[in-house]
Amino acid sequence: MVAILLIEDDPLVRRGLELALHRHGHDVRTADTGEDGLREFHASAPDLVVLDLMLPGIDGFAVCRRIRAAGETPVIILTARGDDFDVIGGLEAGADDYVVKPAQPTVLDARIRAVLRRGTGTHGGVRVHRDLRIDTTALMVSLHGEQVRLTPTELRLLLTLSRAPGRVFSRQQLLEEVWEHSYIGDSRLVDNCVQRLRAKIEADPAVPEYVQTVRGFGYRFGPV
Amino acid sequence: MTRRLWLRGLRARLLAAFALVTMLGAAAAVWSSAGSASTALVTSYQQQLTQTIDEQIGAVTPQLTYPPDQDALDQLRAAVGTNTLVIYEDLRSVDGADTDLVTDELRSAVRAENRLATQRITVDGKPWLLVGTPIMITAPDGTRTPSGIEVYSVRDLTDVEREIDGLTMSAITTAALALPLSVLAASLAAGSVLRPVRELRDTAGRLAAGDLDARSPPQGADELAELTATINEMAESVQTSIAAMERMQADAKRFAADVSHELRTPLSTLTAVVEILADTTDEMEPDARESAQMAITETHRLVRLVEDLMEVSRFDAGTARLRVEEVDVVGAVRDSLRARGWLDRVELVAPEETLLRLDRRRLDVIVANLVGNALRHGEPPVRVHVSASSEQVWITVTDSGAGLPEHVLPHVFGRFYKADAARTRTPGSGLGLAIALENARLHGGDLTVDNIDRGGGGGARFVLRLPKDPEER
Repeated sequence: MVAILLIEDDPLVRRGLELALHRHGHDVRTADTGEDGLREFHASAPDLVVLDLMLPGIDGFAVCRRIRAAGETPVIILTARGDDFDVIGGLEAGADDYVVKPAQPTVLDARIRAVLRRGTGTHGGVRVHRDLRIDTTALMVSLHGEQVRLTPTELRLLLTLSRAPGRVFSRQQLLEEVWEHSYIGDSRLVDNCVQRLRAKIEADPAVPEYVQTVRGFGYRFGPV
Repeated sequence: MTRRLWLRGLRARLLAAFALVTMLGAAAAVWSSAGSASTALVTSYQQQLTQTIDEQIGAVTPQLTYPPDQDALDQLRAAVGTNTLVIYEDLRSVDGADTDLVTDELRSAVRAENRLATQRITVDGKPWLLVGTPIMITAPDGTRTPSGIEVYSVRDLTDVEREIDGLTMSAITTAALALPLSVLAASLAAGSVLRPVRELRDTAGRLAAGDLDARSPPQGADELAELTATINEMAESVQTSIAAMERMQADAKRFAADVSHELRTPLSTLTAVVEILADTTDEMEPDARESAQMAITETHRLVRLVEDLMEVSRFDAGTARLRVEEVDVVGAVRDSLRARGWLDRVELVAPEETLLRLDRRRLDVIVANLVGNALRHGEPPVRVHVSASSEQVWITVTDSGAGLPEHVLPHVFGRFYKADAARTRTPGSGLGLAIALENARLHGGDLTVDNIDRGGGGGARFVLRLPKDPEER
């Protein structure tokens, strides 16, 4: 059973989602403010946080940044459809995915499961590319022998790209493979995650070596 | 065209009228002054001449014998001077060849009236003055009787004529000098009239272009100043009503946005719980099950409506943003159809691959709307045709039904427009085509509708046109 922390200020929405997610088999804890949410987060260490961005007190963006600062726990944000400010702000704060309100529990559940699947190991052995060492089974990444802490989404993106070094992946392909968005994914998820990944593994994120942009097509790993 | 416009402009017309008036006035002045001057000149010359002749004759006559002989006549002629003819019955005394010019007309005038007569003639382009006078005998009692002696003198008028020509020439020169001055004066006058007119035109132009603050400063107290004041008043009242209208419209739009925003929270709860309801309907009594299903259906409808309302609000507020990326249009259209399970119900006619920079989600919204409409309201087969030129891409969606009634065509993109009042319960929100059109325009393209092969029973045809690069509008 997956432990989920749901931070949502409206009591009925909170209860409705709690009921629905519970029926999908999750162990749901709830909080009604950002402060409460962070307290609960540190107390219970959930597997995943579902976070409404519009919160009284400290807002969802700030909550998301603090959760990210504390570790690699995945965060799914709830946003208004087409509200670019919410989506961009949420992704920049480190969210792994977003679901548009009013959120259908089935969709939310699918996203939760997809995010959690990213954190499971594969059988690709250990890949070494110059200073970067990717252990696909233990899901450990190290640079110059030091461990790099990646969120499950960043890790899955790196695993996917490094599976076929030199091959170009379109944003749509990456959305399908990493985010499991079957259709009309938001390519900003990919761009944002690439940026965060580069900040962690590249010597100079402006001149990337490992995750390179192929203009007009997408991204590829290397050539290193 | 511009040339003709210029000729028809106020400035040209004013200038032409001024020049014409000046020229007519000058011509009349020249004509009348030259006429009177020449008349005066000729008259004074004539008077002077006849007086001289009279005096010369008067000085000689007392010494003359009567009846005169040839010597007397010669003496008389010599006294008068050259070009003189003196006649007494059959005797003639002539000096100068030009005396032939004396006309019978003059002679009979002299004889009939027994007094001095003059005549002006032109021979071979040369003007002459002919003077004829009878010599009278004054009796001691004072009565005068004609002596029968006639003196005729011929004088050349060329010099006088030349003087007259000189006068006329100088008058014409003066008039010609006045013309540029009059044009200058006309320009100044035209300018003083045209400047306010031009200012009014500029102000009207700015008003028409949407600058409602545009006004013309009224100058002076003439009719143009009144017109300026009236136009300023008009602009003022137009500005006031437009500002009021815009405020009301903005209020209405904000209200719609606020309402849909507020609806979203309860809808979030409903969306969450109807799923649980849907899972448990099997265990319900028939009445409860039907009620639960209605609640589920209507919740989904409401969600759709609120989402569409918010989308429309974003277009109205100008906050809808394009997220362009390189997209294969054909692939994107196929994905849209596949995602909705329409691939086997729709015939897709398209080239291999057509790359285009566009917003994938918005294209999906348009395609889903057009194809959804065709499947719902039209007849199969529904066809989607993608074609491209170097600058544009067209996506045409047609069905094979009866098409749209002529009176409906202009309104299909209207918000909440229902072609058939009886069929108000459709799965759509009534905003689908309005949103599709806004999405097309956001890309710098457009969306149009007509019927194929009118009269032949063709179906409705929607054509989405997209430019190849939405940033290069």
